[in-house]
Amino acid sequence: MASAFDRIADLIAETSDVPREKITPDSHVINDLGIDSLDFLDIVFAIDKEFGIKVPVEAWTQEVNAGRAPAENFFVMKNLAIRVEELVAAKQAPGA
Amino acid sequence: MRLEYFEMIDRITAVDETSLTAECLVPPAAGNPVFAGHLPSFPLMPGVLLIETMAQASGWLLLHRLNFTRMPLLASVKEAKLRSFVLPEASLQVHATLLHEGSGYAVAQGRITSNGKKVCEVELTLRALPFPTPDLAAMVRERARSLGLTVAEPA
Repeated sequence: MASAFDRIADLIAETSDVPREKITPDSHVINDLGIDSLDFLDIVFAIDKEFGIKVPVEAWTQEVNAGRAPAENFFVMKNLAIRVEELVAAKQAPGA
Repeated sequence: MRLEYFEMIDRITAVDETSLTAECLVPPAAGNPVFAGHLPSFPLMPGVLLIETMAQASGWLLLHRLNFTRMPLLASVKEAKLRSFVLPEASLQVHATLLHEGSGYAVAQGRITSNGKKVCEVELTLRALPFPTPDLAAMVRERARSLGLTVAEPA
């Protein structure tokens, strides 16, 4: 199965006008790919559906705004893929 | 319906965690400023107001689901299909179904029927934001009660 990064990059390319080849592990979703908040909402919806999770965008934004985490932790592609993998693993964990 | 005040829903007849059904009666054309312009000598319910009606039904569903803690605001309109004309004094049944609830947003399908006939449908994304003012929150609760929703007082 394709990696989380590849699946998310494919979703971004399908959902927005960003060419797939422009999306790299180091791309910042907002700053580098130029995705606005509405397109990001569509992308989050696509990720939610694809992975069967609920990406906690609001909680992430609060973390960033409160200075508890850098935005790169969530919005750089390779880190976004890791966060999504963590959410999938948490959902699959016994008792989840 | 009071089109010029954007009061599209007259009565909510059923609601649960994932769906809502409402009724509305399109007003007569005589003296109505919306129908005076849309269209002169051929009064027709504007398609954008049908979409607004489905958005409001979806918004009331989300308000109910979130216990009136957040204000849903329309963010995107997809796959809108306007299948038939809606004339003044038509009786409409509006249906909203939650397709997905995400973090700070929800996706819903809206549908309108009239006498069992499909009128239109749409997929809507709504952001769910904190109420911008306490007054708006209070007015929304009051309006919800008048439409038939049960509203608990805020803690």
